[in-house]
Amino acid sequence: MTTLNALAAISVAYVLFLFAVAFVAERAARRGRGGWLSAPIIYTLSLSIYCTAWTFYGAVGSAVRGGLEYLTIYLGPSLVLIGWWWILRKLVRIGRAQRITSVADLISSRYGKSNLLGIGVTILAVVGTTPYIALQLQSVTLSVEVFANPQVSDVADDRLTAFWVAAGLAVFTVIFGTRNLDANERHHGVVMAIAVEAIVKLAALLAVGGFVVWGLSGGVGATLARIDASELGLWEMNGGRWVGLTFLSAAALLCLPRMFQVMVVENDSDAQLRMAAWAFPLYLMLMSLFIVPIAVVGLEVLPKGANPDLFVLTVPLAHGQQGLALLSFLGGFSSATSMVIVAAIALSTMVSNHIVMPIWLRLRAGSASVSGDVRHVVLLSRRLSIAGVLFLGYAYYALSGGGEALSVIGLVAFTGVAQVLPAMLGGLFWRGATRMGALAGLSVGFALWLYTLYLPSFGQGTVLPMALFSEGPFGIGWLRPQALFGIDGLDPLMHAVFWSMTFNSVVFFLVSLISFPSPLERLQGAQFVNVQIGGGSARSWSGGLAQSEDLMVMSQRILGAPEAQALFLREARKQGISGHLPDPTPDFLEILERELSGSVGAATAHAMLGQIVAGQAVSVADLMAVADETAQMMEHSARLEEQRSELTRTARQLREANDKLTRLSAQKDAFLSQISHELRTPMTSIRAFSEILRDAEGLASVDRIKYASIIHDEAIRLTRLLDDLLDLSVLENGQVSLNLREGKLTDTLDRAVAAALADDGGLRLDIFRDPRSEAIWLNTDIDRLSQVFINLISNARKYCDAAVPRLQIRVGEAEGRTVIDFVDNGSGIAPEQQDLIFEKFARVSDQKAGGAGLGLAISRQIMTRLGGNLSYLPGQAGAAFRVTLPEARALAAQ
Amino acid sequence: MSGHVLLIEDEPNIIEAIGFILSRDGWRVDTHSNGVDAVDVVRAKAPDVVILDVMLPGRSGYDILRDLRNDPVTQTLPILMLTARGQSKDREMAERAGVSRFMTKPFSNAEVLDAVRALKAS
Amino acid sequence: MSDAPEPRRTAPIFVERQSYRRRRLADSARFLPVLGLLLWMLPLLWGLDSDGMSTSDALVYVFAVWLGLVAAALLLIRALGRGGDAPQDDGEPR
Repeated sequence: MTTLNALAAISVAYVLFLFAVAFVAERAARRGRGGWLSAPIIYTLSLSIYCTAWTFYGAVGSAVRGGLEYLTIYLGPSLVLIGWWWILRKLVRIGRAQRITSVADLISSRYGKSNLLGIGVTILAVVGTTPYIALQLQSVTLSVEVFANPQVSDVADDRLTAFWVAAGLAVFTVIFGTRNLDANERHHGVVMAIAVEAIVKLAALLAVGGFVVWGLSGGVGATLARIDASELGLWEMNGGRWVGLTFLSAAALLCLPRMFQVMVVENDSDAQLRMAAWAFPLYLMLMSLFIVPIAVVGLEVLPKGANPDLFVLTVPLAHGQQGLALLSFLGGFSSATSMVIVAAIALSTMVSNHIVMPIWLRLRAGSASVSGDVRHVVLLSRRLSIAGVLFLGYAYYALSGGGEALSVIGLVAFTGVAQVLPAMLGGLFWRGATRMGALAGLSVGFALWLYTLYLPSFGQGTVLPMALFSEGPFGIGWLRPQALFGIDGLDPLMHAVFWSMTFNSVVFFLVSLISFPSPLERLQGAQFVNVQIGGGSARSWSGGLAQSEDLMVMSQRILGAPEAQALFLREARKQGISGHLPDPTPDFLEILERELSGSVGAATAHAMLGQIVAGQAVSVADLMAVADETAQMMEHSARLEEQRSELTRTARQLREANDKLTRLSAQKDAFLSQISHELRTPMTSIRAFSEILRDAEGLASVDRIKYASIIHDEAIRLTRLLDDLLDLSVLENGQVSLNLREGKLTDTLDRAVAAALADDGGLRLDIFRDPRSEAIWLNTDIDRLSQVFINLISNARKYCDAAVPRLQIRVGEAEGRTVIDFVDNGSGIAPEQQDLIFEKFARVSDQKAGGAGLGLAISRQIMTRLGGNLSYLPGQAGAAFRVTLPEARALAAQ
Repeated sequence: MSGHVLLIEDEPNIIEAIGFILSRDGWRVDTHSNGVDAVDVVRAKAPDVVILDVMLPGRSGYDILRDLRNDPVTQTLPILMLTARGQSKDREMAERAGVSRFMTKPFSNAEVLDAVRALKAS
Repeated sequence: MSDAPEPRRTAPIFVERQSYRRRRLADSARFLPVLGLLLWMLPLLWGLDSDGMSTSDALVYVFAVWLGLVAAALLLIRALGRGGDAPQDDGEPR
C-alpha cells in the first residue's frame, strides 16, 4: 500500500509540475516573450501525442501477439511526414490562411461552410474518440494496479482511479485549453506541457529498452540472437494487414482530431513543419526501437499468462528496478494524459463551434447583433464540452468494464476517423469535389464502419445479434457485417477498412461528379486548392451585398463610434473613395469581420455580418462573378496582381472623377441658370418699383415708403449674393487673409448659436451641447470658423424636417484631431446627394428656403483654408456634418 | 381696356409690383403662388389672361403650360410667361410648349402692360 | 500540384542555375515518400520464399530504411532551407 501512496504522490507532483510548465509558458506568451514557444522542436514534440498509452503499453502487447505488425502504426505517419511536401505543407497553409479551428471546420469550410458537414464530422469524431479516451483511462488504472497488488484487483478501486484521472484532466484542460478565444486558437501552455510529456515518455521507453538490451540481454548482438530464438523469431506477416495498417495509420495521422489540433491548428510557420518532417519520423523510430526486445525478454522472464500490454512496467519490476518502473509509469501516464487533453480540446472546439454555438445563435437570432457577452458564452460552452467529452470517456470505460473490448478499439477508432480522408484530400486537391459528394461519401463510410466494425467490436451477440453474423440481416447472406458481398475469410478489420474506404471514396467521387456546387462552394474550393497563390480568408464575404451604411451603424455600436469611423475612413481611402463609406467589397468585409471578432469573437462576428449581408438578396450571378474574379486572380502572379489592384484603384478614381465631372458639367449649366435667376429676381423688383415710383403720380406716401424699402431690401439681397460669390471666389483662389487669434470653442459656439437663431423667428430648433467637452482653446480665424458654425446651425434650422427639430453639437476626437459634429434629428441626406451638397447652388430639395445655396460651399472652403475639413458624416440619426479643426492649433484647456 | 388677369408667381415683391401696375390700368388681378394646383386654379377662375412664372414651388411653369394646352377649354387661353433664367433654350422650350408670349425678367412695366393688353385683344 | 502554375507565369525556360537546383530538390522531396513506401512494402515479398526471413533481419532492414529516410529528409530540408530565403520560397509567390 505504501507503494501505492508513493505512486499517488509522485503522480500528483508530476501533474503539478505540468501545471507549472503550462502556466509559465502561458504567461510568457501573454507577455509577448513566447518566441521560443513556437520553436520547431516544441512543435515536433507536441506531435508526439500520436503515441498514446495505447502505443506506449500496447505496442509491446501487439508485438507479442502479431510480431512486427506494430511497426505499421508508426510507418504510416513517418511516410506522411517525410512526404510533407505533398499534403501537410498544403494542409498547414490552408489551416493558417483560413483560420481553421478543427478538422470539422476544415471540411465544413471547404464545402461552402456547410454546418451539416461540420456536425457530421463532429459526431464521427466524438463517436470515434470517446472509446479512445476510455482506453487511456483504462491504461492508467491498469498500470496503477500493477504497483498495487497484481493478485487482487478491485473494480470499484479502478473506477475511482479512472474517475479522479478524468476529473484532474478536465480541470487541466479547462484551465489551459479555454484560456483564450483567439482567432488562431493556439494554446501555448498546453503545447508546452505536451512537449515535456513527449520527452518523458520517450526517455521512459528508451530507459526500459536500454535496460533490457544492455542490462538483461548483454548487448545488441545478443539481443538480436535472442529475438530470433524466441517465438517471434520468424517473419510471418499478413501482407494485407501490413499494407492496410500502414495506410490506416497514415490516414489517421491526418484525420484524428487531436493530431489535426497540434499539427494544423497550433502550427505557426512552415519552419515548424520543416523540422517535424524529419524529426518526428526519428521520434517515432526511437519510440518503436526497443519494442521487440522488451516483448521477447518479457515473454522469457515473466510467467505465462502475464499481460504483455504491461511488459514495459512488469519487466523492470520483476528485476527489482523500482525507479525504472516508476519512470516507465510516468511515461505511460504522460502518453495517456497528453492524448486526453488534446483530444478534449479538439473535440470541445468542434462541439462548441458546430453544435452549441449554431443552436445558441439560432435561439437568440436578432438580438445577437447587439449583445456583447458572446465571448463568455463560447468559453462556457467549450468548458462544458470538455467536461462532457471526458465524462463520456469515463462513462464508456465504466460501462464497458475494461478488458479485451477496449484493446481493439484503437484501430477501430482509426478506421472511423479515416472516413474523413476522401473528403479532406478531395477538398484539398480537387476543385470538383462538392458538398453533396462529401456528405454522401462520409455518410456511407460512417454507416459501413458502424455496421462492419464498430458495432461488431463490442463482441458478437452483444449489440448485434449472433444470427446477423452467420445469416446476415433478414437472412440476406451477402450483407453479413464481416463478409459483405459474400467475400468470406477476410480479416475483419481489413474487411471493414477496404469496404468503407472504397465505398466512401467512390460515392464521394460519383456524387461530386453529378451534383453541382453552389457558388460559395466553388469559391472555397478555388481558395483551398490554390492556397499557395490566393491565400485569402475562408470567411470572405461576397461583395456588394451589404449596405455600407448599415454596417457602419452596427460597427459603431460594437467598436465605438470614433474607432468605427476611423476604420471606415481608412478603408475608403484604400479603395480610392473620398467619402466616409467604403464599398462593401469582400476585402473590406473581411477586414471588418476581423476587427469585430476582436470584440465579440470570431463566430459571432461572422454571424452578425451574416445577418446584415445575408439579409440582402444574394443573387447567384453576383456570387458567380465573385467566384470567377477569384479564379482569375489565381492565375496571375503576385506582381501582376499588385499592378492590377493598382490599376483597379486608379480606374476607380478615374471613374469617380469622371462621374463627378459629368455631374459637375450638368451643374455648370444649372449654375449659370441659377446665378441668372438669383440676380434677375431682385433686379426685377427693383426695376419694377423704381419705374412705379418714377411714373406713378399721386402715390400715397405709405406706398411710396413701402416701395422704396422693397427696392432697398432687394438691393441688399443683391449685394449679399454678390458678396457671397466674391467670398467664394476669393476662398477658392486662396487669396484670403486669415485673422488668427485665440478664443475658446465654447464662446465661439455661443456666438454662432445666438447669431443663427437671431434672425427671422418662426422656426424652432432645440440645441443640445456639452459645455465640458467644449472647453478647448483655439488659435485660428475665429470669425471665419463661427461663420461655418452659423451656416451649419441655420441649415439645420431651415431643413430639419422633424416634428420637434433638434440639433446636437458634439465635440470629440478622430484620428488625433478635434472634431465637432452637428447632428440633427431630421431624415438626413440621401447617399447619392451627400457629395453634391458641398457644390455651389446645391439644394437638396426644391423648396425655397432663402439663400442661394452657397453656404455649405463657402463653409467647406473656409475650413479648407483654415487647415481643417468639413464633411458629411453618414450613418447618424439625421443629417450630420463634421467639422474637423486644424491640427495643432487646437490645444487642450489644461 | 380691362379684364381679368391671373398672376401665378411666388416672389412676393414681384406679385406686388405687377399687381400694382395692372390694377392701376383697371385690371382685376388674382394671384396664386404655388405650382402644384395652378392648373385647377386657372380652370376655376377662368381668367382672360394668365401670367405664369417658370420657377414655381412644386411644379415647373412649363409643365403647367403643357397641361393647359392639352385641355380644350384652356387651349387658346392667352398665356404670358416670365422667367429669370434668360437663356435661349428657355425661350425655345416655352415656345414648344405653346406659350403666347415670353418675357425675361427684369422687364419694364410698360412692356408687361402692353403685352397683357395685346393678349387680351387677340 | 504546386508546380502547376509555373509554366503559366511566363516562366523562362532557362532559369538560373540556383533555382534549377531548387526545383530538382523539391522534386526529390516529392519522391522521397514514394521511395520510402516502396522500400517498406518490400517485406511483402519475403513471405513468398519458403524458409522466410528472421525477425532480427527484418527489424534491421526496417530500421535501416527508417534512418536512411530521416537522414535524407534532413539533408533535403537543409538544402532547401539554404536557398529557401530566396524570394520564391518553394515555388510560389507570396
